[in-house]
Amino acid sequence: MKSALLCGVGGQGTVLASRIIAQAAMNSGRQARTAETIGMAQRGGAVVSHVRIGETPEERVTSPLIPDGQADVLIGFEPGEAARNLKALKPDGIVIVNRRAIVPVTASLGKSGYDGETVLKWLEANAAHCFVVDGDRAAQACGSEKVLNVVLTGALAETGAMGLSFEGIKQAMIRRVKPAFVEMNKKALALGAKMVRR
Amino acid sequence: MKELLMGNEAVACGALAAGVQVVAGYPGTPSTEALETVAKRKPDGVYVEWSINEKAGAEVAAGAAYAGARSMVTMKQMGLNVASDPIMCVNYVGVKGGMVIYVADDPGPISSQTEQDTRSWGQFAKIPVLDCTSPEQAFEQVQAAFELSEAKSMPVILRSTTRVCHACSVIDVPEFVPPEPVEGFVKDKKWVIFPGLSYQNKKKIFARESELAKTFSENGMNTIAGTGKIGIACGGIAAAYTADAIQGHEDQFTVFTVNTPYPFPIQAARQFVDQVDTVLAFEELDPYIEDHLAAMGVDVIGKRSGAVPEAGELSAVVVAGIIEKQTGLSLDLHPTNLPESPALPVRPPVLCAGCPHRGAFYAVKKAMRGRKIIALGDIGCYTLGNAMPLDMVDTCLCMGAGVTMAQGLNHVDPSTVNFAFIGDSTFFASGITGAINGVYNQADIVLVILDNSTTAMTGHQPHPGTGVTMMGERVEPVSIESVLRGAGVTSVRTVDPLDLDEAVPAIQAAADEKGVRAIIFKSPCIAIVPKQGIAEVDQDACIGCKHCINELGCPAITMMETENGLKAVIDPALCTGCGLCNQICPKHCMEVKG
Repeated sequence: MKSALLCGVGGQGTVLASRIIAQAAMNSGRQARTAETIGMAQRGGAVVSHVRIGETPEERVTSPLIPDGQADVLIGFEPGEAARNLKALKPDGIVIVNRRAIVPVTASLGKSGYDGETVLKWLEANAAHCFVVDGDRAAQACGSEKVLNVVLTGALAETGAMGLSFEGIKQAMIRRVKPAFVEMNKKALALGAKMVRR
Repeated sequence: MKELLMGNEAVACGALAAGVQVVAGYPGTPSTEALETVAKRKPDGVYVEWSINEKAGAEVAAGAAYAGARSMVTMKQMGLNVASDPIMCVNYVGVKGGMVIYVADDPGPISSQTEQDTRSWGQFAKIPVLDCTSPEQAFEQVQAAFELSEAKSMPVILRSTTRVCHACSVIDVPEFVPPEPVEGFVKDKKWVIFPGLSYQNKKKIFARESELAKTFSENGMNTIAGTGKIGIACGGIAAAYTADAIQGHEDQFTVFTVNTPYPFPIQAARQFVDQVDTVLAFEELDPYIEDHLAAMGVDVIGKRSGAVPEAGELSAVVVAGIIEKQTGLSLDLHPTNLPESPALPVRPPVLCAGCPHRGAFYAVKKAMRGRKIIALGDIGCYTLGNAMPLDMVDTCLCMGAGVTMAQGLNHVDPSTVNFAFIGDSTFFASGITGAINGVYNQADIVLVILDNSTTAMTGHQPHPGTGVTMMGERVEPVSIESVLRGAGVTSVRTVDPLDLDEAVPAIQAAADEKGVRAIIFKSPCIAIVPKQGIAEVDQDACIGCKHCINELGCPAITMMETENGLKAVIDPALCTGCGLCNQICPKHCMEVKG
């Protein structure tokens, strides 16, 4: 079983990203399950999407939710949310985290600051493999800040952490986005992959 | 064709595969997508509607079932309270076509007021309840529910929970064909509920209970897996957590999965109990399975014994921890130990940037500064008006309650001005009766309708005021103002909540009147209209006073330290150009452009 946990702030598009990954697994004949935060938490709240897929067509996926310490990869759309969910990651798991911190109203109102850079350093210190990426800049280069989710999915595809090919994820993306946005999202996947290529 | 389907989509597809002809419901997380999926994927001949509330929906579905059609009504667990009256009664009358009541429970709770359990409700109402452990099972269970309902001429409840409703699985979805024509309503005394009939039918319902318990014990719907001596009884998503928790150690366990909680499959439960030495029960919400096993004389390690948390969601790690503690076994899942992280901000859901409700709450707050008010909230996005800095929700109970609770408060303490805030969809669902109650009983309240032209919280469903139906028709919108005037509310003002110069005096004028007076704050939800523009901070003019953040709490505004001092910054991706910040800025340096 391979598991990816995607986390961020409501509105960042974690649901589409998790569906693309699951769709890619399904297209290759494997079992796939996802579990997503939908509803109240969408309004700028913390959101988490779980994706669990079989490694072979035969492998059964027990539950849609990833137990702590069982995620192969953690995609943090926002540093604080990545840190909040790091407990889900396997000891040798991969973190891909978007650099830009989103300061919630609670922090803006309070005296205590929220320092994204400190959080990123903590992630780097506590994850076996941590890629800090500037996903927003890549998304803007594609023409819309909204493709951040596909940029980060491209990064995940490049790591091979889910045992899915880049091409397989691309085909799943094409199935999942509106035809008018396919070209922009192809670019987003490619830019995302480039960000973690070593 | 194989598809990745969410649990709610699976319920819809299963119902369409079963030939459902009429589907009604009221939106509510985590149930909403079931009805939406029916609307999206229905073949010809299927009728679907968002009813004005769950009671109306249940009655529409019952009517269709009386005519012989297969019907379904969808709701969240809170909605079942609203629909209790017709559903309780229809069980005594019976149905002709299969009638399925789809109820989504919300352990946590994540987006609900209560942790009530529809399995227990079904037992109370004596209506069979089928449960689901996964989306693919939901797809099967809804079809089984229709078969059972029709075979026994009784309504059947299909129950799921958030982690099944909002989980996706790979499901093979058939082509949907139009439902078979039905006979129609045939007049008969049996359709009229009278005490004598209820007495007779109560006897049948009672006899049915043990008969169904036996059927459910024998027909394979409830499973006993494994031969280990440690017994686990579970149901719903807890079955999936159990599978994760015991992975690699299955030979130690026997797992009894209860998929038909009511009537409880006693014979199957007896068989399970007889083959194990220890019984643990894992289930969310009520200790339902646990109590049924205890009633059979079994010692159960569960919520009542203090081993399993009595509230909130379970998880595989929690389940594994309990098993280890109670049995001494060593399993593979454990909590992760990490060094303490730097301070992370709490991130609760907030009113969106540009949300017209922010303007409405702020306008009332500003207009009433220095006066004693009570702000009664209700169910919808605007419950989020409770957060700082707006802090404008003093009470929140259930759909429509603010309107009538304001009256009760007024009868005890007439010295406060009581503002009852209610959204447009909630007003139609259950605010109208409260408004009339206030008019009739001479209550003194300010009724504030937050009309954003949609049912926003659950994902923008149409309602009677929008003039759009789930069948895709354009119809004459029901006017909230006309409803209020028709109900005898003589003071009705319609105001733009994002124009403080207009809104504040209107509120003050209404506050000084007597009786039920209404303010309709009309401005569409930002998610259904294009941006008005984007506010830009004139960095030279901004004095960094934080007044905008401290007053409005808009998520698009943050403060940034620059070489010229602290300055407000607008996130252009979030800002919709509502203009509220510029109206309150002492320097008016946040003008909307574009």
